[in-house]
Amino acid sequence: MVSERSLRWGIKPAVFLLCLVPLLWLVWDIVQGQLSANPIEDITHRSGDWALRFLLITLAVTPLKRLSGQVWLLRLRRMLGLYAFFYALLHFLTYLWLDQQFLFSEILVDIGKRPYITVGFSAFVLLIPLALTSNRYAMRRLGRRWQRLHRSVYVIAAFGVLHYLWLVKADSRDPVIYALILIALLGLRAWWQRHQRTV
Amino acid sequence: MLIKSKDRNIILPSEITDREVYHQRRDFIRQSGQFALAAAASLTTPALVAGTLPQPSPRAKIAGVKPGPFSSSTDTPNSYKDITSYCNFYEFGTGKRDPERNAHTLKTRPWKVSIEGEVEKPGAYDLEDILKPHDLEERIYRFRCVEAWSMVVPWVGFPLADLIKRFQPTSKAKYVEFTTLYDPEQMPGQRRRVLDWPYTEGLRMDEAMNPLTMMVVGLYGEVLPNQNGAPLRLIVPWKYGFKSIKSIAKIRFTEQRPVSSWEKAGPREYGFYSNVNPRVDHPRWSQARERRLGAGFFEPKVETKLFNGYAEQVADLYAGMDLRKYF
Repeated sequence: MVSERSLRWGIKPAVFLLCLVPLLWLVWDIVQGQLSANPIEDITHRSGDWALRFLLITLAVTPLKRLSGQVWLLRLRRMLGLYAFFYALLHFLTYLWLDQQFLFSEILVDIGKRPYITVGFSAFVLLIPLALTSNRYAMRRLGRRWQRLHRSVYVIAAFGVLHYLWLVKADSRDPVIYALILIALLGLRAWWQRHQRTV
Repeated sequence: MLIKSKDRNIILPSEITDREVYHQRRDFIRQSGQFALAAAASLTTPALVAGTLPQPSPRAKIAGVKPGPFSSSTDTPNSYKDITSYCNFYEFGTGKRDPERNAHTLKTRPWKVSIEGEVEKPGAYDLEDILKPHDLEERIYRFRCVEAWSMVVPWVGFPLADLIKRFQPTSKAKYVEFTTLYDPEQMPGQRRRVLDWPYTEGLRMDEAMNPLTMMVVGLYGEVLPNQNGAPLRLIVPWKYGFKSIKSIAKIRFTEQRPVSSWEKAGPREYGFYSNVNPRVDHPRWSQARERRLGAGFFEPKVETKLFNGYAEQVADLYAGMDLRKYF
């Protein structure tokens, strides 16, 4: 078992910094001019990729804990989830600002008319209450409802994957990989739940 | 049968190249390389430049390129780097940077173009023979991708109409179909069935004969890089970029309308005509505006123009057609 001390002063700060690496890497590439001829597309894709990856990593915490018996892993979950929100926010702001230049008439049409944007936008909006209620105070106030609310992350992750699947033109290898990981993670949960009931 | 093998590690004195000769050979190779480049730069028949070199040296200048219509533009052309490093050429991978990385496997010499179908002079022609009679010109065209980004590109080539006339299509020829090479060895992206290979595109005869439609062999006055569709590609500037098929291996004249690769992949999303039209959206994104690449981070998108701004030249081709139906 990991000691409280090493968790608080070692593992948590290390994970925090590690989660910043994708952002620093992106900033580095921008500064060095290493993005493609369409840098806004690159920023959009990379922030979106990491939002989705962090969502899946967050969802992997519980299964990992169960498989390894390392209960302390749960203590990282909030931070990982908040990072998913952080990269999703970056992704959304890139779209809003760099891509659409705050042209709300077009943005609203996009959200209403284009299923992949509708689904992606919904995923982002649904993440907001989760991010806002990720603190201890909200946990206490919401009680049992807190868990119910935070289970919506399953839907959000599914929306995220669908958003990616729907936007690719022909090569769906990457979104399919994300979909398979998500199915595996949610499948494990479903299996465990059934197992618990029957035992 | 008895196979005698001598010890492979032994190097016979007779096999050792004299140091002097070795250096002479080096010099010879270097000089021939320089000669080839000089030849490329000095030959007056531009077609020969593209043709006679075993494999054109990258960035070799094409001599004798004259300014054609649209050789000057109010739009600033995109940088050579932008144009050659941001490509959709799924035969070399689906990422934008894959073609630049992978297209070196394509051998563009020797290259044959097969002329088929409703035509008086069918046959498999050497690229050199295809190009020989044509004077090359430079044209700066806007290039609008269906993904809502655009570039401005100085192409080198000649009107497709001139080429078509030489092979004398019959009165039955209503359409032209173009096909890319199919060779997964040279085009590694073809190992996966992302599209129904080989890539196929088509034009109506009058679209093909329009003076804007261009056969392209060069870029920025230089030999066309593989990732941009060497040795011979099409450019139809009023249509979305994917209509401008790259690395053409076959030109076929048909009575029936051909079905293009993207149309086969998604008929609801990619029509046969694929004319640039801000009023007809792609089902998944708006076509009203486009990002002009190279414009900088905070530069707003620009409004997309009907027929990519070439309406004056091509609008009459579609007179009376419902462009929503024939998208």
